[in-house]
Amino acid sequence: MGSRPEAVAPPEIFYDDDTARKYTSNSRNIQIQTSMTERALELLNLPKDGVPKLLLDIGCGSGLSGEVITESGHHWVGLDIAPSMLDIALDREVEGDLLLGDMGQGLGLRFGMFDGAIGISTIQWLCNADKSFHNPHLRLKAFFTSLYKCLTNGARAVFQVYPENDDQRELLSSPAMKAGFSGGIVVDYKDSPKKRKEYLFLVCGQEVPLPLPEGRTEDNDDSGSETNKTVHVLDRRRPWKIQKNNKSEKGREWIKRKKEQMRRRGDDVPPDTKYTGRKRKNHF
Amino acid sequence: MGLLTHNMLSSNIRGVVNGFPLRIEAVKVVEKNVEMNTDFLKNMFEKIDWKAFVEASISMGYTELPKEADSSLLDSDDFLNRFHHALLELHLEEGALVCPETRRRFPVSKGIPHMLLHEDEV
Ligand SMILES: C[S@@+](CC[C@H](N)C(=O)[O-])C[C@H]1O[C@@H](n2cnc3c(N)ncnc32)[C@H](O)[C@@H]1O
Repeated sequence: MGSRPEAVAPPEIFYDDDTARKYTSNSRNIQIQTSMTERALELLNLPKDGVPKLLLDIGCGSGLSGEVITESGHHWVGLDIAPSMLDIALDREVEGDLLLGDMGQGLGLRFGMFDGAIGISTIQWLCNADKSFHNPHLRLKAFFTSLYKCLTNGARAVFQVYPENDDQRELLSSPAMKAGFSGGIVVDYKDSPKKRKEYLFLVCGQEVPLPLPEGRTEDNDDSGSETNKTVHVLDRRRPWKIQKNNKSEKGREWIKRKKEQMRRRGDDVPPDTKYTGRKRKNHF
Repeated sequence: MGLLTHNMLSSNIRGVVNGFPLRIEAVKVVEKNVEMNTDFLKNMFEKIDWKAFVEASISMGYTELPKEADSSLLDSDDFLNRFHHALLELHLEEGALVCPETRRRFPVSKGIPHMLLHEDEV
């Protein structure tokens, strides 16, 4: 699509009737938005109990993302700032309830109501100051704080984003961490400039941060399973630092912890001595 | 906008302490057909603020809900039908939502509440 839309004009102006119509009828765009929404829903990892859940679609636009939610059997409420996009959503008779509003003003939603939230190609708009009185930091803070509040405990929020650089990744994720979320950025197809996609993955009210889901690659195309492999892990106290993966470094502390665990299980374990976990010389 | 959404919405104008529930001014109400799912209704029953829900349904012209409800009612098909109808099938098409504290009106047009705040309300 060339230059970044958010650099051109404020969203409610950029998405005028004409752009909104083109956006929603372009088959390539439909396909991309659909597949990113499917991936976001997979990352939400909702209980597969057959009971419809209530989801939020932030920046729902003309309903391309919402329709994927409907197809997967869930209810949704969509919020968008661009009237022309919402008009097309009405024309298309989407199932979700629509709200005209600005996520940067904070969500006026009650406590603990939603089972999850997604936002597809939308929150990077908050990095811009479209009005003289806009402050991206404050707007992101208002957004994430109110989002945290309206989600149920343990719920997830997944935002597909197109960050311009690391500064923008930090700008987006640090207010989320400050609002109480844990999580990080999941990168799919990180080695392919064309297919590469990033998702800000957030978990609400989890004391111990979950391991971050594995990013997709050409080899694991269909695995959405959660594994221990981390891409970037953030936590509340150290926002936006790539955490060291200590698992491979099985030092003295690790061995002592393991031994303690085994003792608790009743296993016969040698006592800890000054030799425990000591580096061995390379003997030939 | 349906009453499920109405039950989640509150006014977030700066300084407002209790922006819930927004009072409904109904000009036009429409009905949509939505497939009923009992498990969904049961989950939602836990989250719904019943008093606000009953008031909202009355302002939309529907008066078939009991004033008070506890979860034992969820065994009754008759109750579930009414609950389902009011929660998901009644939609405010034209009208307004009014902030209970400031009386600020949020217009609803073509079924969409306009929740954008003015600069001095943020
Ligand atoms: C690229 S479209 C994505 C629409 C939809 N999620 C999809 O997948 O097709 C981005 C949307 O974000 C909306 N948006 C941008 N800034 C917003 C804000 N501050 N509040 C609410 N919506 C916003 C735009 O109006 C636009 O509809």
